Amino acid sequence: MNWDWTAVRDFMPQFRDGLLVTLRALALGSLISFTLGLLWALLMRTPTRWVRWPVGIVTEFVRDTPLLVQLFFLFYVLPEWGLTLSAMTTGVVAIGLHYSTYTMQVYRAGIDAVPAGQWEAATALNLPRGRTWRAVILPQALRRVVPALGNYVIAMLKDTPMLMAITVLEMLGRARLFSQQHFRFTEPLTVIGVAFIVISALASLLLRTLERRLVR
Amino acid sequence: MTSGLWELVLRGMWTTVRLLVFSAALGAVVAFAVGIARTHRRWPVRFLAGCYTEVFRGTSALVMIFWVFFVLPPAFGWQLVPMWAGTLALGLTYGAYGAEIVRGALGAVDPAQKEGGIALGFTPGQRLRRILLPQAVPEMIPPFSNLLVELLKGTALVSVMGMGDLAFSGNLVRLALQESAEIYTYVLLVYFVIAFLLTRLMRGLEHRLKAGLR
Repeated sequence: MNWDWTAVRDFMPQFRDGLLVTLRALALGSLISFTLGLLWALLMRTPTRWVRWPVGIVTEFVRDTPLLVQLFFLFYVLPEWGLTLSAMTTGVVAIGLHYSTYTMQVYRAGIDAVPAGQWEAATALNLPRGRTWRAVILPQALRRVVPALGNYVIAMLKDTPMLMAITVLEMLGRARLFSQQHFRFTEPLTVIGVAFIVISALASLLLRTLERRLVR
Repeated sequence: MTSGLWELVLRGMWTTVRLLVFSAALGAVVAFAVGIARTHRRWPVRFLAGCYTEVFRGTSALVMIFWVFFVLPPAFGWQLVPMWAGTLALGLTYGAYGAEIVRGALGAVDPAQKEGGIALGFTPGQRLRRILLPQAVPEMIPPFSNLLVELLKGTALVSVMGMGDLAFSGNLVRLALQESAEIYTYVLLVYFVIAFLLTRLMRGLEHRLKAGLR
């Protein structure tokens, strides 16, 4: 084993660029997955099965197939259908869509956990349906789901290296590029491996404090 | 699609299934070893097992695969066959997630069961084998079933290293036909069917284990 600190130092500028791309993909992907997940969860509660069944089948399919292949699908098939997006946009959409099928289950559990008395009270007060959701159910449900959503953000972080496969230069992509240019594999790969461990450890620490604040 | 291309896809499927079986086996061994170590009496054992899960759950599976393929060979002089390198990376990573399941299920067994074992003079090994595991294992099956589907999805990552699995064969067919919608739809469907069969299998296993307890 030969470890070369100068290689680590040379890698730092590229590492910083990669880290920024990773974090941006993570932030945008989280945003998409939070919104779409809520949408799926609400659609799964519509009274007609003509909405519930298609949504249920599609989300199940997306959840049970590899994100990597979904990335390839979007990256190569969308241009054939005349929709050309940048690699980064494609990656963010794919990650957001994939994880929305997980967050929808989180939202569902959160909505189910709102006591039935809240629904009954809303009915007794003659609140319209939209207002019941916005003012009574969702504020209580969303509070409960924050910790579980945070866990999926951490899981998403660990899936961002897959974007490398569709040419996005996030952390792993940068490390691979550096390895090929300088023919040193050990240092860049170890640096980003440690970076992932550190970021996810910090994130789960942050999450635990947030959890204590929100769920009392 | 020509029959030659179908053969390519079939061979990719076979590689994916083999990789899944091998890494699931390694992952199960790691999960039980580390998960049980986390409930050990001595703190150094618990601490080391805790470090293992934190490190392997903290990093990304794809980064781990790169590490096993590129850093391990020069560092230790091992050159692993791709199949074993993939098995090692996936088994160690998903084993760490499995260890949390094992620890959780062991912790969920009623403490009175353990005390009963002590009162009857069982050794720690006997308590684990005769009392704790038979009650904890059926509870582990549903989360293990989810993890197995995650592992199946994880096997696609080895295609990035050029291993000829199902996802990789999809890429080859795309290059051959210059057309992607059809082949990627098939590949996704095959993954979905395998995942469906896996969940069915695990549900059957759960029923049998629970029936055995009664």
